Amino acid sequence: MNKTAEQYWKANIRLVSILLVIWFICSYLFGIILVEPLNSIKIGGVGLGFWFAQNGSIYTFLVLIYVYAKRMNALDVEFDVHED
Amino acid sequence: MDLQTLTYIVVGITFALYIGIAFWARAGTTGEFYAAGRGVHPVANGMATAADWMSAASFISMAGLIAFNGYGASVFLMGWTGGYVLLALLLAPYLRKFGKFTVPEFIGDRFYSRTARIVAVICLILASVTYVIGQMKGIGVAFSRFLQIDYDTGLFIGMGIVFVYAVMGGMKGITYTQIAQYVVLIFAYTVPAVFISLHLTGNPIPQLGIASTMAEGPATGTYMLDRLDQVVTDLGFTQYTTQVMGSKLNMFVYTLSLMIGTAGLPHVIIRFFTVPKVKDARSSAGWALVFIAILYTTAPAVGSMARLNLMNTIQTGEVGSPTGNIEIAKVPQWMLNWQKTGLLEWEDKNGDGRIQYYNEKNAEFAAKAESYGWKGNEMTKVDRDIMVLANPEIAKLPNWVIALVVAGGLAAALSTAAGLLLAISSSISHDLLKGVFMPDISEKNELMAGRFAMVGAIGLAGYFGLHPPDFAAGTVAIAFGLAASSIFPVLMMGIFNKRMNRAGAIWGMISGISVTMLYVFQHKGIMFIPGTSFLGDMGSNWFFGISPNAFGAVGAVVNFAVAIVVSKMTAPPPDHIQHLVEDIRVPKGAGAATDH
Repeated sequence: MNKTAEQYWKANIRLVSILLVIWFICSYLFGIILVEPLNSIKIGGVGLGFWFAQNGSIYTFLVLIYVYAKRMNALDVEFDVHED
Repeated sequence: MDLQTLTYIVVGITFALYIGIAFWARAGTTGEFYAAGRGVHPVANGMATAADWMSAASFISMAGLIAFNGYGASVFLMGWTGGYVLLALLLAPYLRKFGKFTVPEFIGDRFYSRTARIVAVICLILASVTYVIGQMKGIGVAFSRFLQIDYDTGLFIGMGIVFVYAVMGGMKGITYTQIAQYVVLIFAYTVPAVFISLHLTGNPIPQLGIASTMAEGPATGTYMLDRLDQVVTDLGFTQYTTQVMGSKLNMFVYTLSLMIGTAGLPHVIIRFFTVPKVKDARSSAGWALVFIAILYTTAPAVGSMARLNLMNTIQTGEVGSPTGNIEIAKVPQWMLNWQKTGLLEWEDKNGDGRIQYYNEKNAEFAAKAESYGWKGNEMTKVDRDIMVLANPEIAKLPNWVIALVVAGGLAAALSTAAGLLLAISSSISHDLLKGVFMPDISEKNELMAGRFAMVGAIGLAGYFGLHPPDFAAGTVAIAFGLAASSIFPVLMMGIFNKRMNRAGAIWGMISGISVTMLYVFQHKGIMFIPGTSFLGDMGSNWFFGISPNAFGAVGAVVNFAVAIVVSKMTAPPPDHIQHLVEDIRVPKGAGAATDH
């Protein structure tokens, strides 16, 4: 693997790791582990923990994939490994 | 126009549409048959993936699960969506770059081993066949109930329809048909939800309605979920918003299993072979999740509101007052309709001419109920699968909405069945025939073999649909458990661990599957035969209270661990494989699909 490809891969791993940490926090941490304390915070008539478990985590997943696609496409150009 | 005629018309129109599309988009080459010629736009592909993914279980069963499990059902909501993050970040772009047609093909090439490819084919076929049986059964039930024909005839009609468009169209036909099916099913799901949310809370958007206050009735002004919590606890049921499934550890592991399983199910993965570029594979997973999220974020509102409507239908007044319950002579028409199907039953145990619906297993409340003169719960059967189908009737929506929901349920079951059948047929014709036994087969013959394999798979699924084995309830556990414990880890390590070698991958897959299967069998019976389980299927016997359905994540961990240990003790993969891994890690140079 040449230098650029190696750096590209490192940048990729860093991005993926950050996004997966958020993935874990919004679903497992907020939706399951910390659900009771978070439920004392209400948005409208829904406890925050309950909301994360049934709606909020799904919205977060969407944002994560969007950010990933956007950042990776930028990295492709930056390291000149993009298609065509 | 009566409901029956309307249903015939709506279902008839949608089916004519599907078959018309399949004919227009029929496949001529193996590339079109397996991967739609890689010419599918990411948005279109995302929509097709969403239809492929959302089966009868998502459309019909999930809202019912939510209605009766409350917060506990979050495992399905998070589990069946969070897998797309794993798919987009860890698998899809690399598998597209690799540029072949099937999942076992990647495993075989990456681990330079026919054995690995065959093991992967076996895992894939087992997971897909068990899954497709459930779909076939759903199709049979839906047809029979709404076209007023017997179950067997309903199943044959369903097999015929799948045959026409899956066999003829291949991936290309299936993809375009699924786009139409997505539109039908999402419309059918959201229209009743909007009406119900508007009626209960005054807010037409179900995602907001769930956080709003009641618009009418005795509880006007209280939040909908608070009201629901109160209504269910007043009758001795567990509080809706805090009800857990098993334990929190079980919910954690269950969610993880469903996520990993989602990312490892081959009929979902092959979707990302159909897009033109690596870039498109990344965004395609996002688009798929957008279209899935429309249904999944609506489902919590559908479930909670259906539960509230159901409780209010029966408990019309104050709990304990002699006139607080509905009179049997005055039950609404929808209850009578569902009573005929045997999925909803009641029995006047205390002979007061009214129905009492409460949790008789709650000792404290049961004592209170006795003081009211109640002699046990009188709703003796409430099948949770009827919630979505009965919803428009409960909310007194017009007949065309009910007809639309029928068409939506069928679209969900048919689109998933077709996608699964394609995954099965491609693994047989491409991986087993061309890849292992007959490498010299011509493209024309391979295409023919693919179609024959699909006919065989439809026949097999139909046979099991006609003679449902005892394990129907366990199929989901097996399908997700297999995908999570075998396919996902090996794909991920194939991309992210350059040192991973043949021995590691094979032993990883075998041990991951074995642990999962053993756990499922020891609690559910060997091959699900009742009486052969050597440990009872009950909470106290479960490993840390983890239910068999949730065990796939543990299998996946075993797979990772075994693979890493074995690969460390054996020789590293040859140089050309390490170059292959380096090559799939960068998008540059991703051409069209290449054959061997």
